[in-house]
Amino acid sequence: MTPPILAGLVGAALVGFGLYGLICDPHPLRKLLAFNLVGSGVFLVFGIVARRGAAAGFAFDPVPQAMVITGIVVAFAASALAVALILRLAAASGKVTLDPRAWTKRDDGGAR
Amino acid sequence: MSVLPALDVGLALLVVGVAAWTIAARNLFASVVGYVAYGLLLALVWVRLYAPDVALTEAAVGGGVTGVLLVTAGKRLDALASAEVGVPPGRALKILAGALAALVAGALAWVVLTLPSPAPSLAPAAAEAAAGPGAGLGNPITAVLISYRSFDTMLEKVVLILAVLGVWSVGADAAWGAAPAPLRKVRPDGAMILLAQFLAPVGLLIGVHIFWVGADAPGGAFQGGALLAAMGMVAMMARLAEPPRIDSRKLRLALVAGPAVFLIVGVAGLALADNLFAYPQNFAKPLILFIEAFMVLSIAVALPMLVCGPPNGSPK
Repeated sequence: MTPPILAGLVGAALVGFGLYGLICDPHPLRKLLAFNLVGSGVFLVFGIVARRGAAAGFAFDPVPQAMVITGIVVAFAASALAVALILRLAAASGKVTLDPRAWTKRDDGGAR
Repeated sequence: MSVLPALDVGLALLVVGVAAWTIAARNLFASVVGYVAYGLLLALVWVRLYAPDVALTEAAVGGGVTGVLLVTAGKRLDALASAEVGVPPGRALKILAGALAALVAGALAWVVLTLPSPAPSLAPAAAEAAAGPGAGLGNPITAVLISYRSFDTMLEKVVLILAVLGVWSVGADAAWGAAPAPLRKVRPDGAMILLAQFLAPVGLLIGVHIFWVGADAPGGAFQGGALLAAMGMVAMMARLAEPPRIDSRKLRLALVAGPAVFLIVGVAGLALADNLFAYPQNFAKPLILFIEAFMVLSIAVALPMLVCGPPNGSPK
């Protein structure tokens, strides 16, 4: 098995683990972390596309690699925005969860 | 089995194992520590894919800065004293999610194993960009980022600014204009201060070097800027520096400098080189380094501001 194929399979496994964590972990920050795992798995699969596209004297195709670099930075920016929203939500609702059922107060007397 | 394939398999198992740990770990902090280790291991995988530029970015941004972001967020969440976390899903949903995850991963693995051959490639076009309008840039990645796909790179800097604006606007109305909360509440101990005093100047030099050699060797504006940002955060964690007020004019100018200079030079290309985001033949390399210098500044300022979070405290 060549290194690119192996890395691609690792990428596929990372997407799987990340997806599972995203659905099953109730903590919003850990959902975010799991989502970042999915992202890096996708980047890795794209990375083997870059490696396989070796041509014109390069050992890799520079275009997908440049896009992955851009992608990593944008993924970080999106994560930072998500963290700010999660912290604000926790400060406003007093609860660390994304489950809307937890925010509705039990004694609101049916006032809705 | 020779050494390199064995290393590859070992590395692959390590990456997948650490990824599984970050999902399975009992508490958030352990999970984030796992994620940082995972980022560093992933950088090694990128090196094996002949992608040192991506490896540098992954190690600095994917592992390091994201790790700081999540650790800081976890501490701030604890300080809110709202310990009530939602309940984990039931067994049925877990099995269903596991099956779905396995299905998606399996489909992706199948795609990886059946990729078309010969593989499509844009490498010739990138080689042309590196040799032609890029005027002798030795690093094809930098040529693609600044010349071949320059518009994307400019817009990506705009995305960074939009994210900073988004983070700032999440703060309370009354705090607008004030500085974000410090990266750590308590005074750090002597070891942290000493580390910051020794590491920050060295890291600063390495960051500028990585930006400078990026025209011809692995490195560039992203990687250098991220390293400078990390050094800024080390200084903030040691409380040798504090986050600046968000209504500071210097801060805002530094944030927009990168995309603004990029845009101005790009539009000037219409008059000087007959095309939007084209560079005049004999003057391309200095111009590209000029643009990149301002991009380094913007990245080095934007990343710490994203980690610091919304303004907090009383405006003056």
